[in-house]
Amino acid sequence: MGQQVLNGIFVGSIYALFAVGYTLVFGVLDILNLAHQAVFMLAAFVALVLVENAHLPLWAALPLAVVAGGLIGLVLERLAFRPLRGRSDSNISGLISSLAVATILEAIALQFFGPDISRFPPGTFPDRMIRIGAASTSLLQLCIIGISVLLMALLSFLMARTRLGRQLRAVAESPRAARILGIDVDRTIAVAFFLSSALGAAAGVLFGLAFNSISPDVGRGVELKGLAVIILGGMGSVPGAVVAGFALGLIEVFTVEHIGSSYRDVVSFAVLFLVLVARPRGLFGRAAAREA
Amino acid sequence: MTLSLSGVSRAFGGVRAVDDATFTVADGEVHGLIGPNGAGKTTLLNLISGLLQPTDGTIELDGRRIDRLPPHRIAALGISRTYQNIRLFAGLSAADNVVVGQHLRRHAPFWRRLLLLPAARREERAAREAAEAGLARVGLRERARLQAFSLSYGEQRRVEIARALASQPRLLVLDEPTAGMNPGEAASVGRLVREVAKEGRAVLLIEHNVRLVMELCDRITVLNFGKVIARGTPQEIGKDPAVVAAYLGDGT
Amino acid sequence: MSDLLLAYQALFAFVGINGLLALSVYATLSCGQLSLANAGFMAVGAYTAALITLHAPGVPFIFVLAAAALLPALLAVPLGLPVLRLRGVFLAIATIGFGEVVRLFFVNWDFTNGALGLVAIPQRTGLVTIAAALLVALFVLGRLWRSRAGYALEAIREDETAARTMGIRTTSYKLAMLSLGAALAGLAGGLEAHYTFMVSPGGYGFGRVVEMLVQAVVGGTAAFYGPVVGAAFLTVLPELLREVGARLGLAPGPFRLFLNGAILLAVILYLPNGLVSLPARLRRKVLS
Repeated sequence: MGQQVLNGIFVGSIYALFAVGYTLVFGVLDILNLAHQAVFMLAAFVALVLVENAHLPLWAALPLAVVAGGLIGLVLERLAFRPLRGRSDSNISGLISSLAVATILEAIALQFFGPDISRFPPGTFPDRMIRIGAASTSLLQLCIIGISVLLMALLSFLMARTRLGRQLRAVAESPRAARILGIDVDRTIAVAFFLSSALGAAAGVLFGLAFNSISPDVGRGVELKGLAVIILGGMGSVPGAVVAGFALGLIEVFTVEHIGSSYRDVVSFAVLFLVLVARPRGLFGRAAAREA
Repeated sequence: MTLSLSGVSRAFGGVRAVDDATFTVADGEVHGLIGPNGAGKTTLLNLISGLLQPTDGTIELDGRRIDRLPPHRIAALGISRTYQNIRLFAGLSAADNVVVGQHLRRHAPFWRRLLLLPAARREERAAREAAEAGLARVGLRERARLQAFSLSYGEQRRVEIARALASQPRLLVLDEPTAGMNPGEAASVGRLVREVAKEGRAVLLIEHNVRLVMELCDRITVLNFGKVIARGTPQEIGKDPAVVAAYLGDGT
Repeated sequence: MSDLLLAYQALFAFVGINGLLALSVYATLSCGQLSLANAGFMAVGAYTAALITLHAPGVPFIFVLAAAALLPALLAVPLGLPVLRLRGVFLAIATIGFGEVVRLFFVNWDFTNGALGLVAIPQRTGLVTIAAALLVALFVLGRLWRSRAGYALEAIREDETAARTMGIRTTSYKLAMLSLGAALAGLAGGLEAHYTFMVSPGGYGFGRVVEMLVQAVVGGTAAFYGPVVGAAFLTVLPELLREVGARLGLAPGPFRLFLNGAILLAVILYLPNGLVSLPARLRRKVLS
């Protein structure tokens, strides 16, 4: 039981970290950024290259990959979202243009790293087991949980307590009103993309370390889980995504244990579907999912 | 046809946008709905056309309750409307907008068109001609082929009226039909409204142009803060102290 | 000409199948709904057709195809009733979820060999059948365009609220188009299964529906034939440019993916009504 909870928290922390960035952009722009998973994937490859080819230690590679992810986010915003702003169908055309960028990024990864699974070189992270009561875990898993929680706490603090957070919330509420208040809306949106993609990148590197397997399509599966998480948490709600991420991790682990591993993924989509049909606002959402 | 509202209220959160509204609109009548900004006029029209449901009270059309029906059913019963913030189908031509307005009147089963039957083509030609006639009626025959978004503000309002009339409604509901129009255009809309009423249709309209309202309407209902504060003929309304106070702002 | 047809038979067959799939996405887009359930519907059609052929070989192929179209169309109704009330992005997400559930269903179903899928399906279709199916689909959608129902769909796409107050039963129309799209996707699935001899869940993932959407959008969704143009363009172009890609040192897989993404991005940014709007655009440019 304790072991399962621990495993669930471990998986959930990565889902949550992936999803907070995902939901941040949705909250601000009302656009689903389907390239988020591609940033996640590419950042994992960047970390891999830094460790394997540049022989950097992991503690240096991780932050560099995170910054690289953020920069990709800035390019993404400039290329695929800013030109569409103000178009009447911008939420659907934005979804499509983000798909286009995702496809391009996947093509790049495929060209350079091939379709097969890449792995971090052995010894990238000390292989040490730790016992907590009856449960056992690895140092790596604990570090991943720790880093995820730390990053999410930072984001929550940023959103709640800083000027930047207030600006982000103002733009999310109404870009026009924010502009009248003197907020530089374009810059604020760019910052949201940087933060969102940096968090996605962190999730990608941690995911790559955790399962030690990176491939150009690694983001696809996580993307769908991420969708389930942000729907369950309520689109645009950062705390919702955190809670829902951990919840999904736990649900999955218990499903594997009690129903069977082949049903693990079915559960997340069942959750997604039921929430949309029964309570489209999710746990903490405010956006109305239905037509008035 | 009689539209009657009794005790209709609609609250948003704690605010009662419409509060206990009661009045009737009858055949051949031009009925004005006036009141200061934020008095709840547009909310009232949304209640009548089924886009909102009242929190209290009933709306009846010829003795039949319509306040729980979806908008398309209400439209099918003969109520057609325009919008304050113009809702044309922007990508369609003016004529196509009016063709959409004929939706309830057209009998054009899809299988006929699928089988390339001449009857289908005849029906379509009739629909196009009717649409052009509808546009001619609002003075826009030569604009028929232009896309709706490329028309001027006043022209768009007139296309919207033509679209609403295309369903041959028993009750035509107009939300500020002359807003943004020059005096000449506004006067022609006024004439059109009288004509429509002469055909035996009822017209319910929100209008800020006080002179036009006084000339045009048979009866007027005045709303303020969601409540009906006066009802009557234009003469009676003009003399009503409550109306004068509401409009001039009595400082209380 | 016939040599060309023979040499590129497979390519043309995939133009036809992809054309049907792009039309299936267009069906819902034509009333402003972005549904991404179509890979799932395609899977249902493909498995239905393959199972009939494998277990009841006597059934004429036309009935097999009819079943491949009909079953997804019926399945679309209980799916559509709850999800079509969701707006824009939420509808897309719910239908992505549905597509994944269908795929996982087949992964877990032992009767169809799980993740391995069904193999050795007899080839029962060729270019002629595929072309005929595409023409029938184009004909139906073409007749729908500018019909009373077609105008209703355009009205819903432009302004759903206004459409409702014109007396248009928006939910029925949206449901009908979801169902029609499901039928087209199922039909394409049935055809593909009998052209490539196999079906497996991996062929109906999220990537597949993205491909359909890309082709529809690149071709253009303002006209009913746009998606087919897009499908033809994006199916043939990578073949034509294969040499170029190889000379640049790009493997065919990534090159194709890159082209898809780059073209989609260019179209959505600079040509929102797709390739079919290009001639009119150029004409206007030349005139002015």
